[in-house]
Amino acid sequence: MITLADQLLVLVLLINFISLGTSRLMFSIRAVAAQGVILGILPGLIHPFSWHLVAITVVILAVKGVIIPMMLGRAVRSAEIKREVEPFLGYVPTLLLGAVFTALSFGFAGRLPMLAEHQNYMFVPASIATLMTGFLVLTTRRKAISQVIGYLVLDNGIFIFGLLLTEAMPVMVEAGALLDLLVGTFVMGIVINQISREFSSLDTSLLTSLKEE
Amino acid sequence: MAQELFSPSTLIFSAALLAAVSGVPLLFPRLLSAARAQLLSVAAMLAASCAGLAGAIATLISREVSLFELAWGVPFGPARFGVDPLTAWFLLPIFLIPGCAALYARSYWHADHYPANVRKMTLFFGLMTASMGGVVLARDGISFLYCWEIMALSAYFLVSTEDEKPEVNEAGTLYMMTTHTGTLGLFALFPLLHLLTGSWLFPAPASLNASSGLSAAVFLTALFAFGLKAGIMPLHIWLPSAHANAPSHVSAAMSGVILKVGVYGLIRTLSFFHGIPLWWGCVVLALGVVSGVVGVAFAIGQHDLKRLLAYHSIENIGIIFMGVGVALIGQIVGSATMMVLGMSGALLHVLNHAIFKALLFLGAGSVIHATGTREIDLMGGVARRLPYTSLLFGVGAVAICGLPPLNGFVSELFIYLGFFRAVQAEGGAAAAATLAAPALALIGGLAVACFVKVFGIVFLGAPRSEAHVARHESGWQMLLPMLLLGGLCVAIGLAPGVVAGLLEQTSLTVLPKLAGTGLPMRELVPLTMISIAGGLLLVMIALLTLWYRRRLAGAPCSETVTWGCGYQRPAVRMQYSASSFAEMLVSLFAFVLKPHSHRPDNIAGLFPGRSRFTSHVPEAVLELLYIPALLRLYHRSSGIRKLQSGILQQYVLYTLVTLIVLLCASYF
Repeated sequence: MITLADQLLVLVLLINFISLGTSRLMFSIRAVAAQGVILGILPGLIHPFSWHLVAITVVILAVKGVIIPMMLGRAVRSAEIKREVEPFLGYVPTLLLGAVFTALSFGFAGRLPMLAEHQNYMFVPASIATLMTGFLVLTTRRKAISQVIGYLVLDNGIFIFGLLLTEAMPVMVEAGALLDLLVGTFVMGIVINQISREFSSLDTSLLTSLKEE
Repeated sequence: MAQELFSPSTLIFSAALLAAVSGVPLLFPRLLSAARAQLLSVAAMLAASCAGLAGAIATLISREVSLFELAWGVPFGPARFGVDPLTAWFLLPIFLIPGCAALYARSYWHADHYPANVRKMTLFFGLMTASMGGVVLARDGISFLYCWEIMALSAYFLVSTEDEKPEVNEAGTLYMMTTHTGTLGLFALFPLLHLLTGSWLFPAPASLNASSGLSAAVFLTALFAFGLKAGIMPLHIWLPSAHANAPSHVSAAMSGVILKVGVYGLIRTLSFFHGIPLWWGCVVLALGVVSGVVGVAFAIGQHDLKRLLAYHSIENIGIIFMGVGVALIGQIVGSATMMVLGMSGALLHVLNHAIFKALLFLGAGSVIHATGTREIDLMGGVARRLPYTSLLFGVGAVAICGLPPLNGFVSELFIYLGFFRAVQAEGGAAAAATLAAPALALIGGLAVACFVKVFGIVFLGAPRSEAHVARHESGWQMLLPMLLLGGLCVAIGLAPGVVAGLLEQTSLTVLPKLAGTGLPMRELVPLTMISIAGGLLLVMIALLTLWYRRRLAGAPCSETVTWGCGYQRPAVRMQYSASSFAEMLVSLFAFVLKPHSHRPDNIAGLFPGRSRFTSHVPEAVLELLYIPALLRLYHRSSGIRKLQSGILQQYVLYTLVTLIVLLCASYF
């Protein structure tokens, strides 16, 4: 089971690169949704069966796999924007940076003082790499929808780290984190609509006009 | 169980909660029409007021001290709230004034006339009341900060109720900036206290030694943060514009209560210490004197009725600080009498000022409602159309001037007596405190001059402008709260013995050193004499009025314009104006007030042409001190400001860089 989990984590890392390398927003949204679905399956693979686990899996699949992508898809359609044009940093440099960060995170994870049973998993490096990817997307893209995608990837990274703790984590905390994400995306959806109506563009760098001189 | 249910602290807490949710009915416009929902929320506020006042008075009588813990999941441990006489004393204005103001608002800010902002106003008014209660109930730094912030923010939304007007927006922004500067001070204050005690919990009274440098830092940050909220003189800049631009009942609550929450914070902080050094007392006393004198001087120069009242708040906060200063100096020289008189004078003035200033602001609100302007120079002759309002405003004016037989006189007498006792105390420092007595007298005199101006120009004389003739007396919802407050002014003024006992207990909470000395208040202050003299004075006034009326009834009389100055054909424009009345005093204080006046230059010959004269007393401290200094800072710091680019991505980049630096640091 553990090997399967590790293979799935490799998939997660690959999806990170998709979200870094593609300019098409719908594709990116679907990739992140797939990442969410994989993460939803993972707890079932590494922990023994319990109803608690089933509940978590179902909720995660519903939220990350269905609801959030649907909301984002609607936002993309209503804003009529298909591509991320002119990011702050080009796609190739971001991909390279992503690769560097992934390598660094593997190196870093090896040095962390971890429990013996967690030592050989890919969870921690995958988590840090995904986190970094999220940050990269957040810092390099202009469009508000890309920002949401970066935020989702970031959250996925945190979630992978939490996988190690699933059994120790109370339901309330998990439910709270998921709700947080859902509400966050919801709010961003509204913000996106507002930005596109106000500036007739989804370029968040235009938000600088809100800053007082 | 029943006893538990009606224990004072339960009453107080449920009152605060009820006040907090009082604005909720207005949030469901589909279920309830705004006017009905407003009625519900007024009822809730009144119920909260009654319950809270009952709880506070019961606590003051029973001298109960209790502590509650609220276990919750936030960092810094459980929240602790408590009730003691000091808290209960400050709860009196906190529940009294907003209750009155809420009823007043039912007519003054009726939902049908202000559909755009009545929801916001009602919701935040309730929240502000509840959070002020929370601030005085809090017993640890973190809960204190939570309540403090809710209070500050709701007050911001109340100040900017009519945020479509640019001047209201400006006042709100200024208030927001200053209140957050004060909060910054509190962010420093509580960690400093934590350094001293090792706990976020408030220390027991007189448990900390005041001689260390850390204690001095605590004192100075407290003075800054709470002084900013209380509006002490160099830190008062937010106060005039905020009070002038908020709806009148909000000004009443802000001036009457929010400023007092600042005073509470300072008194509470001071109560932690023993062995207070002399300079603490001197600083507080000096600040009090400066605020008092300069505050009233600014007030005299104002033409805006509410700005004028706002400057009087600064003056009265100064008087309260003078009382606290006397108490501190008494503590240093070991004079129990000075401690009792100073502290009870300050505490009584807290309540008194809340009552009469709320009365004045509500009265001013009625006048503004009737005339449609805040400019004193456009009003005139209001007393004929609004007889009850003018009578009640007059009561408030006499009270604020500290004249017998009303309540302002009693609390100022306490402080005066404290000063006089200082002469007899050992040590030159105490004797030096007597130097503040003439300042208090000066403040009283100037206040009388100022309110003669207000009453004379606004209520007497003839209307100065066609457009702003007062139309009609206010409704009962506006008159009843004012009547209640006016009645309290008279009651405290005539029977100070009733509150003296409660005051004694409250002062003991602040100054536990006093417990052994056994100085009953009635031996220090001639309370019975005050009552008798006050009663006699009232009887005399009544007799004189009767006699005058009777004499006037028989005499031949003709009607003419008031302030007619004996001219043959007086006109309305010949009346004294607010500027002309105040001209002499303003020019005496010109060195601080920096008045602008534009004098007419083309008056020459026997029949000069048309000309204009304008005069204006600006907020000198803000315009000549803070704004130039801040502008200089702004220009100097242009390099640092590039960090704040406004680009979202750049901010996330800062986080990323920090994260990477941390990762690298742990890697090597």
